[in-house]
Amino acid sequence: MSVTLHLPTVLAKLADSQVIETSGQTVGDVVADVSERFPALAPRLRDEQGKPYPFVTFYLNDEDIRFQGGFDAPVRDGDEVAVVPAIAGG
Amino acid sequence: MTTGVFDATIGRPAPRVAEVNDELPELSSEEILRYSRHLILPDVALNGQRRLKAGRVLLIGAGGLGSPSALYLAAAGVGTLGIVDFDVVDVTNLQRQILHGTSDVGRPKLDSARDRIREVNPHVHVETYETLLTSANALSILADYDVIVDGTDNFQTRYLTNDACVILGKPNVYGSIFRFEGQASVFATEYGPCYRCLFPEPPPPGLVPSCAEGGVLGVLPGLIGTIQATEAIKLLLGIGETLAGRLLLVDALSLRFRTMRLRKDPSCPACGTREISELIDYDQFCGVGKERDVSDAELPELAPRELAERLQRGDDFDLIDVREPQEWEIARIDRARLIPLGAFTDALSTLDSAREIVVHCKGGTRSAKAVRQLQAAGFRRVWNLAGGITRWSDEVDPTVPKY
Repeated sequence: MSVTLHLPTVLAKLADSQVIETSGQTVGDVVADVSERFPALAPRLRDEQGKPYPFVTFYLNDEDIRFQGGFDAPVRDGDEVAVVPAIAGG
Repeated sequence: MTTGVFDATIGRPAPRVAEVNDELPELSSEEILRYSRHLILPDVALNGQRRLKAGRVLLIGAGGLGSPSALYLAAAGVGTLGIVDFDVVDVTNLQRQILHGTSDVGRPKLDSARDRIREVNPHVHVETYETLLTSANALSILADYDVIVDGTDNFQTRYLTNDACVILGKPNVYGSIFRFEGQASVFATEYGPCYRCLFPEPPPPGLVPSCAEGGVLGVLPGLIGTIQATEAIKLLLGIGETLAGRLLLVDALSLRFRTMRLRKDPSCPACGTREISELIDYDQFCGVGKERDVSDAELPELAPRELAERLQRGDDFDLIDVREPQEWEIARIDRARLIPLGAFTDALSTLDSAREIVVHCKGGTRSAKAVRQLQAAGFRRVWNLAGGITRWSDEVDPTVPKY
């Protein structure tokens, strides 16, 4: 399944790109694939157990994955996953 | 009336909006002329303008986001603007904080905000709170307002503002910025989600750099702050469709606006289960005090003057600068070697644990992390330069520019 992962600019430097073509059956697969390819990005996406952080929200086609099974949320060909980290500047 | 999945009433019921028009304040002739472009606008009109005049909006922070919000809310004729801030104007604020001017440097932000707002619109009543918003004062300060605009710059105050808004049932107009990106939403409306539904917990301290450390494009708070002002005005007027239930993401570099769907989390301790029925210790929740204790206890420090003496004596030690290349370009200490903090782990193998090492950054926070990494890797003779290159400029070499 071909899936597109969108990163915010602050994380894009760790993957040399803001948009990454990736694949997998679930959002967790997508995160695992990207984490393997870009080790510096990995700790910003999930914790040491491979679980999502409470301060980084993943959107699958503009819907929060927390309400779709978290990292178990299934992805389909052509889906978009966006990473939205908490920021606090004002 | 509903519009698809986003109920148009979701963000609507600010208490004053429900007031009958007879109770709304009248407009003077001068005000009628001043607001003429609103008065001829069908969805605002005379009664809408009277609602704005009756409206009370509280701005948390008079900084990057609070500045444009305050100016537009004042110009629009919101009757009462409350502002919470305890800072003084610093010259580095002026790149984005347009409430304050060059002649205001050193003045309390509340003073310059009050002067500027009076100049924009003398009909606006300004109420100021020169304090840090805390669990002890938040409920009593927020209680007097219809809409809260969150323009603060730290996670503790964001969670505090959110929880206070949920407890009091006040809409929380959220905005947040970092570097080139911004977020905006409307939280804590009657049926909508809150900040904790989006981010249940904050990142550990130090993981996300502040704007002071990471930088921010000056015009970005202008984009987000005016969106916050727009939402506050719509809430007061009870018109349109607010961002309640949606998260707006703005990327200034690509100039793309994306809207994500936000859902109310039934298990949210604030707006779902209502487990948080009173305000908590937000420093503790955000892990702020904890980190400070560890760093204070274990961090060997060197004062700038001591470093200067050692350099002058020609002592043999390594001086490592862990800032970013763009900061190195602005200012540096002679003899320092640049290893940005992000690359520090990889560079550990190039350092000699038998040698003495002094680490510095801009203010001492990042270098403290590097010192801890060195300690964890078995380095014993390491020091953090207290106050970083900023204090070095103050106390040793004023030709090194501060930024």
